[in-house]
Amino acid sequence: MIALLRRELLLAARHPADTLAACLFFLLVTALFPFGVGPAPETLARLAPGALLAAALLAALLPLDRLFGAEAEDGSLDQLLLSGLSGTQIAAVKALAHWLTTGAPLLLATPVAAAMLNLPEAAWGVAMLALGLATLILSLLGTAGAALTLGARRGGVLLPLLVLPLAIPAMIFGAAAIEAAASGVSWRPFILLLAAFAAAAAPLAPLAAGAALRAD
Amino acid sequence: MLEAKNIAVLRGEQVVFVELSFTVSPGEAILLMGANGAGKSTLLRLLAGLIPLAEGALTWDGQPILTDPAVHAGRLRYLAHADALKPSLSVEENLRFWARRWGGDIAEALDAVDLLPLAELPARLLSAGQKRRLALARLALAPAPLWLLDEPSVGLDAASIARFGGLLAAHRARGGMVLAATHVPLPLPGARALRLGRPA
Repeated sequence: MIALLRRELLLAARHPADTLAACLFFLLVTALFPFGVGPAPETLARLAPGALLAAALLAALLPLDRLFGAEAEDGSLDQLLLSGLSGTQIAAVKALAHWLTTGAPLLLATPVAAAMLNLPEAAWGVAMLALGLATLILSLLGTAGAALTLGARRGGVLLPLLVLPLAIPAMIFGAAAIEAAASGVSWRPFILLLAAFAAAAAPLAPLAAGAALRAD
Repeated sequence: MLEAKNIAVLRGEQVVFVELSFTVSPGEAILLMGANGAGKSTLLRLLAGLIPLAEGALTWDGQPILTDPAVHAGRLRYLAHADALKPSLSVEENLRFWARRWGGDIAEALDAVDLLPLAELPARLLSAGQKRRLALARLALAPAPLWLLDEPSVGLDAASIARFGGLLAAHRARGGMVLAATHVPLPLPGARALRLGRPA
């Protein structure tokens, strides 16, 4: 599994544009909000938690339809399934690699986006924590979605329709955690709920994805 | 020993073949012949455990092969139509993951297909024949008893086919089995032919 993770990271390092595109998308979407709702600092700060979460989830969604699609097209997926790793293991590594190359870099862009949305500085740490967990959840759910829509016509459209509704709890608890931190209330329960969601998805999503890969 | 008894495969609603039986013993080679669409590639994918069996029994030394796909995968090397190469990785990096999984020396495997001088080159710069040779290098990495080859010689020049013949001979001398789908003669002396035809 470590060998596969190293391969995934090496491939991502050879295509840095994919990671950069997700980060820039995230920053651009958050930059659009001030133009739309006006530059009033209070309005922006009120919107910031939801806007950050929504932008991050959409940005993390971008590279998902190529997650297995590229492997299936060049025949690598068959070879991976014959590498002795189970479908579940392959999916787990794919989800982790997706988070490391998309979710984690988004965390680095979070302070910039938070500043643009006038989120109080005290909440930046919690915002990064919430976004980290929310993107991890999306990576896991998205891997299952990508495996399920593999080979489907218009899979790229089907994938967000399948994954985003499932990510609504991550959206709610993530935004609530940031909101709580910004207004000085305890944010721990929300982060814990988010972490619980991630902990449940960590074994279940790769299992579903592995079964879908095998059945294809 | 690989044994197929009255096997049948469905693709969608379509019957690809029925009541096919054959055995492959160690050191033996079988050439799969048949018109386009006769089910040669489908049979190879079935033997690799990538598609389900509709009917009949497939056994390896008496044990059904499809009960544990991961164990069966360890017994075989599958060379598909697609070369399964990543264009952005170098020739050597393309083999690195497989060498970590299976063991084997990358330099030796590349030397076996005469790609060692190009080891640092990105795979996207290779010609079609060189890409095929790099896919073949995966076979040379570490021994596995069963080789499933789907038109292995496509794009290879005469010298490369001769070198590939050496790989095949060494594999069979170790007691390895070969099943190869092909339309052209392959350097497999003494190979039996298995004809696949469309069911009437």
